[in-house]
Amino acid sequence: MAEQAPLICRDIHKTFDKLEVLKGVSLETRKGDVVSLIGSSGSGKSTFLRCINLLETPTSGDIIVHGDPIRFTTNRKGERIPADNRQVELIRAKLSMVFQSFNLWSHMTVLENIIEAPVHVLKVPRKEAIERAEAYLQKVGIYERKDYYPAQMSGGQQQRAAIARALAMEPEVMLFDEPTSALDPELVGEVLKVMQSLAEEGRTMIVVTHEMAFARDVSTQVLFLHQGIIEEQGSPEKVFDHPDSERMKQFLAPKF
Amino acid sequence: MFDLKGYGPSLMEGAIVTIELAFLSLAVALALGLIGASSKLSGNRLLRNTATAYTTLIRGVPDLVMMLLFYYGGQVAVNNLSDLLYELYEIDFFFQFDPFISGVVTIGLIFGAYMTETFRGAFLAVEKGQIEAARAYGFTRWHAFRRVMLPQMLRHALPGIGNNWQVLLKTTALVSIIGLTDMVRVAEEAAKAERMPFHFFIPVALVYLGLTAGSELFIKWLDKRANVGVVHGD
Repeated sequence: MAEQAPLICRDIHKTFDKLEVLKGVSLETRKGDVVSLIGSSGSGKSTFLRCINLLETPTSGDIIVHGDPIRFTTNRKGERIPADNRQVELIRAKLSMVFQSFNLWSHMTVLENIIEAPVHVLKVPRKEAIERAEAYLQKVGIYERKDYYPAQMSGGQQQRAAIARALAMEPEVMLFDEPTSALDPELVGEVLKVMQSLAEEGRTMIVVTHEMAFARDVSTQVLFLHQGIIEEQGSPEKVFDHPDSERMKQFLAPKF
Repeated sequence: MFDLKGYGPSLMEGAIVTIELAFLSLAVALALGLIGASSKLSGNRLLRNTATAYTTLIRGVPDLVMMLLFYYGGQVAVNNLSDLLYELYEIDFFFQFDPFISGVVTIGLIFGAYMTETFRGAFLAVEKGQIEAARAYGFTRWHAFRRVMLPQMLRHALPGIGNNWQVLLKTTALVSIIGLTDMVRVAEEAAKAERMPFHFFIPVALVYLGLTAGSELFIKWLDKRANVGVVHGD
């Protein structure tokens, strides 16, 4: 039997007030896939990512995490809401997210940031969580900063700490929301390098990015979003070298 | 130092009443403040409106008027209720308003309104991303509140809490009006009897000053602890 798909999204729509941001986006991943979501600002790529872990509730469409479809219901105002908060929390614990602005908890040290969710959400014994955290800190290369507070580190170090926090959940899928967009150019490389090593380990990742070189070299699948729909989809070779869509060609054209 | 003409022990007792009153009122005020701020920020319109009515009413009426209203008015209301209950159901219920309890409740209510505003601002000052990260990692609402929202909110709230506390401490002097023998009341009686106002009011002033100065140091220390990990821009 084929291995269970870590994440399937079917026909996701999202409307804010009257503005339809997503007009039916679907995605199917296999284990070890690295999916890059590219597109200009406002194309809906971040909204799509945030729908996957229910930071935004999709107006319609299905999300299936490792065979487990998220259940929805309708509230009194007729809005769609998750039917079971506990299910959402369990699913979120399997989909750890790395944010554009890191969002490390600023009142906790790096180590505390990393063990918080494993200890309190996954109920990993504290000692084991610390060992695991230290191993991941080694991996992202900031072990010696484990007792620092986020504000005492550079952006690149903070983002690597945030990646360690995501890894410590040993997630089914890692979601990256423009992980390098808030960084100084000289710090982008250190974060991309860590992400590349994760991809090589076979972790399933969905990455919203503006780093075209990363999308081309590291991904297994590229989705180009434009005005809430997938304009172009396929292997990096296909999307970057032989795009069908006019929009994609314009998007890739040299800007000056 | 000061010869307190035998009033020393009762002044001391009065000072203890003042301190007890202040701390109990603070506890009430903090609890009301948290409830008030949560209500003001909640999605429920009834809660929001109730909290707004509460802060508007309390902050718009002088503390002294509130206290008189509550102590004398409250007793009249209880008496009427008691008569009514007896007439209708023959229930024998009576409750004597105690000046200490009235003081705690009134001061707690007044400063609860100020704390509501302090906490509301502090809740709003917490970065949205901090809570979003908690939710994204599968925290329950309560866990996100307790482990992320509350400690971060307190950072922003501490200076305001410190301010309110100092004013609260000084407001306790008003309870002498409704007959509670706090430090001020004892000093007033002593000063009248001995015709020595300076002699008795200066020590009282010094005690207040000592309490406020001490709490200022304590708040500074708390603030430093709460802000661990914050890098201040130069």
